[in-house]
Amino acid sequence: MKRTFLGEFEELVLLTVAVLEEDAYGVSVTQELEKKTGRIVGFSTVHTTLQRLEEKGYLSSRMGGATAERGGRRKRYFIVTAFGRKALREAKQVREDLWSALSPAALQLMGS
Amino acid sequence: MPNRREPTTDNPPGWSNKLLAWLAHPDTLEETAGDMMELYQYRLKQLGKRKADRLYVIDAFKLLRPFARSKKKHVSGNPFSLVMIQNYFKIARRNLLKNKGYSAINISGLAVGMAVALLIGLWVFDELSFNKNHAHYDKIAQVMQSQSFAGTIQSGNGVPKQLERELRNKYGSHFKYIALTGGGGEHLLSVGEKKIMKIGRYMSPEIVEMLSLKMLKGTRSGLADMNSVLLSESAAKATFGDTDPMDKILKIDNKNAVRVTGVYADLPANSSFAGLAFIAPWKLLERDLPEWLGWGNNWFDMYVQIADHATMDQVSATIAKSKLENINQGEAKYEPLIFLHPMSKWNLYSEFKNGVNTGGRISVVWLFGITGLFVLMLACINFMNLNTARSEKRAKEIGVRKAVGSAKIQLAMQFLGESLMVVAIAFLLSLLIVVLSLPAFNQLVNKQIELPFTQPYFWLACIAFVVITGIVAGSYPALYLSSFKPIAALKGVSGKLSSGLLAGSPRKVLVVLQFTVSVTLIIGTIIVYRQVQHAKNRPIGYSRQQLLTSPIKSDEIIKHYSAFRNDLINTGVVEEVTATDSPITNTYVTNSGFSWKGKNPAMTDEFVTLRITHEFGKTVGWKIKEGRDFSKEFATDSLGFVLNEAAVKYMGLKNPIGEMIQWSDNESYKVIGVVRDLVTQSPYEPAKQTIFFLNYKRLNTVNIKIRPSASASAAVARIQSVFKKYDPENLFQYAFADQEYARKFSDEERVAGLTTLFAALAIAISCLGLFGLASFVAEQRTKEIGIRKVLGASVAGLWALLSREFLVLVLISCTIAGPIAWYLMNDWLEKYTYRTEISWWIFAVSALGAVLVTLLTVSFQAIKAALLNPVRSLRSE
Repeated sequence: MKRTFLGEFEELVLLTVAVLEEDAYGVSVTQELEKKTGRIVGFSTVHTTLQRLEEKGYLSSRMGGATAERGGRRKRYFIVTAFGRKALREAKQVREDLWSALSPAALQLMGS
Repeated sequence: MPNRREPTTDNPPGWSNKLLAWLAHPDTLEETAGDMMELYQYRLKQLGKRKADRLYVIDAFKLLRPFARSKKKHVSGNPFSLVMIQNYFKIARRNLLKNKGYSAINISGLAVGMAVALLIGLWVFDELSFNKNHAHYDKIAQVMQSQSFAGTIQSGNGVPKQLERELRNKYGSHFKYIALTGGGGEHLLSVGEKKIMKIGRYMSPEIVEMLSLKMLKGTRSGLADMNSVLLSESAAKATFGDTDPMDKILKIDNKNAVRVTGVYADLPANSSFAGLAFIAPWKLLERDLPEWLGWGNNWFDMYVQIADHATMDQVSATIAKSKLENINQGEAKYEPLIFLHPMSKWNLYSEFKNGVNTGGRISVVWLFGITGLFVLMLACINFMNLNTARSEKRAKEIGVRKAVGSAKIQLAMQFLGESLMVVAIAFLLSLLIVVLSLPAFNQLVNKQIELPFTQPYFWLACIAFVVITGIVAGSYPALYLSSFKPIAALKGVSGKLSSGLLAGSPRKVLVVLQFTVSVTLIIGTIIVYRQVQHAKNRPIGYSRQQLLTSPIKSDEIIKHYSAFRNDLINTGVVEEVTATDSPITNTYVTNSGFSWKGKNPAMTDEFVTLRITHEFGKTVGWKIKEGRDFSKEFATDSLGFVLNEAAVKYMGLKNPIGEMIQWSDNESYKVIGVVRDLVTQSPYEPAKQTIFFLNYKRLNTVNIKIRPSASASAAVARIQSVFKKYDPENLFQYAFADQEYARKFSDEERVAGLTTLFAALAIAISCLGLFGLASFVAEQRTKEIGIRKVLGASVAGLWALLSREFLVLVLISCTIAGPIAWYLMNDWLEKYTYRTEISWWIFAVSALGAVLVTLLTVSFQAIKAALLNPVRSLRSE
């Protein structure tokens, strides 16, 4: 199978879902991202990304948890699939490899 | 908790919500809408209303997926699943059986409507397919001629025989076949002792190829020899029985002995040549034609098949002057124009006015086609009305179905399917009606229509017919029923089942429509009858009772005319005898070239002329207005004219008696008398200018007045024996003038008969529907009536209460139908010169009739409901 690459925003969303564990749905993901990045994140973008990630098989979903503030509508909860975890690990690996390949001088320049 | 001070502003813009609900992806709508709402509340607190609104709208727009379709399977399942369809059938059957009365009204009304539509469809199809059995249908034409008489152009079939050679020699390349024909009508065929009368015609041999006759025996070149004849299958059977007719000798009219060279299959009834029993060669007729026949004698019919590459209009235009170029000035003033009348127009477009084809039967086809559709529409309206009116009975079913997840479309399909089922049953019933009534219908329209059961197209048409009728009748109830709101339907709240205040008003409109059509038909029928009666009652200027006419077939009768007449008188049953050159009920001989004092020299005159013997006046009983009748005492009467009133007016004579009239430069006639107009042609037209004069040579009809005391059948036998004495060869043929005259009304009487039938059916179907509606209303208001009765309402009052509503509808229909009928019938009457008035009482009578019928229909139910014991009606439940 062809390996699918994660886009940057996809990676962020996927990671957020993993962070939120059992409580990941459209709103919580959006709020979490806003908290972590400190800027307004469009809900439509998050929603579309979640859909796409599910289509690609990184996420799976179930319906549930209707509340009054949602007008009685159910939420779609997402959890990361095994395939999604693997993709995240790979993405992390690529970064770590790159970080470790940095010369000490370059590392120093980045201030760490 | 929402902020109490601004409770309504905590919501996102409503329009964006609607937009989202409408155009977002259907599969994710629930969670996106929920997420959006939750997030909005969060942002409202965090960022304030304006920003939250803006972000909400932006997100909403970004989430629109206008072309997305749900990929999930519908929860309600496949609308065409077998189980559901079985269920639909079961429910439909139960509903039909449960309400037997309504089902009967529904189905019988529809069946009658469909039967009418079917019959008319067959009739229209028959009319439209006229002559189509001829293979070269679109290439065949009749050569016709237009001539101008005193400013009006008259078109006719007759052409001179010289035209054939002219067309062949000068315009030959435009034609494939040219056939000249003549001597049509009945002829005596004799084989040995056997003698029968058959319709036949003398035609050029090419006609056989042209009409693509199907030869059962012999070949299509059978007419090449001058003494040959082709027989139709039925004629061959009638003359020769089961023996082989080929090469047998046959005599036509006791003079032409011909050899049978072929037998062709009988031409179908819907061919212009239907009933043609034999074809003899044109040359045989031509041999006996007088030498002097010229371009002016338009005695013959000519048919052509144009060349394969040619078009009708082209050829018609090319040959326009083919006669004009060959005639002298005296003839040329009639400006004869030759043109082609294509076979496709023979049947439906046969009328000409001032040289222009103005239609003909096609108007009748339209009239009946539209009437048939209307009758069918009335039946469909019944169906719609009864189904929607009774919808409350099914409201619970619809509510339950919707509650357990039926989609609207599914319910609509169910009800549409149900109406299709009912229509299919009605169709089978209508087919039965058609089969049973076809013989009577054929008699009424004078046709031989059969149901084409073996043709696949017929069945296809039937299926299309059922489906279209089912959709027309069923779509409105289907949409109406399926739009019920489930909660209201289950609660049983009547009047709120469908939205809108005027839920019952489409039903009223439909009832008005039904009765408008019915009343229009009734008025039309009365006027058609009045017109026929009006023409029948017209004074015709002579007596046609006990007047027998017989064609003269032998010169012996003319040679010994006075002895022949004496013999007839001596039989004792005959009052008087006269001979003429055309039948009195159809004077077809016309002449021109008369001149008189004060005639406008430019006038191209034309008169009906009737050659008569001295006793004509006494025989037919005409009425002398001025001057005197012909008399044997004055020998000069042989050069005398008797004119009718129309002729005096036409010629503009002040004192006609004694005027001299010159005819064709050779003889001068004196006017000795004027008679009141005799109706000898169409009873709807004014009498034509007619000249009567004596002649004992060119006679071809004997008119015999039978004594009033004598019985007609005994008299006929005696008269026959006299004929046999002078003309032993020929069969004695006769007709009674009053019957011949009555035949002039057959077309109008046929129209009258059909409109009566339609009007009766229309009103019957409408009343059937009304009956159903009335019974429904009465049933629905049972409780109300019970309470009213308890409170002291009288039966009469209740009857008025229940009937008023329908009566108002019918009265509205009458006011609409009046002007429509007046407009249509005025148009129809326009084509008759001698016509009846449309008087107001016809409308009054029709309206009264409609009201009466309505009252009768409605009253039955109304009185039944009003008489019901209130204790019983109130106790139930």
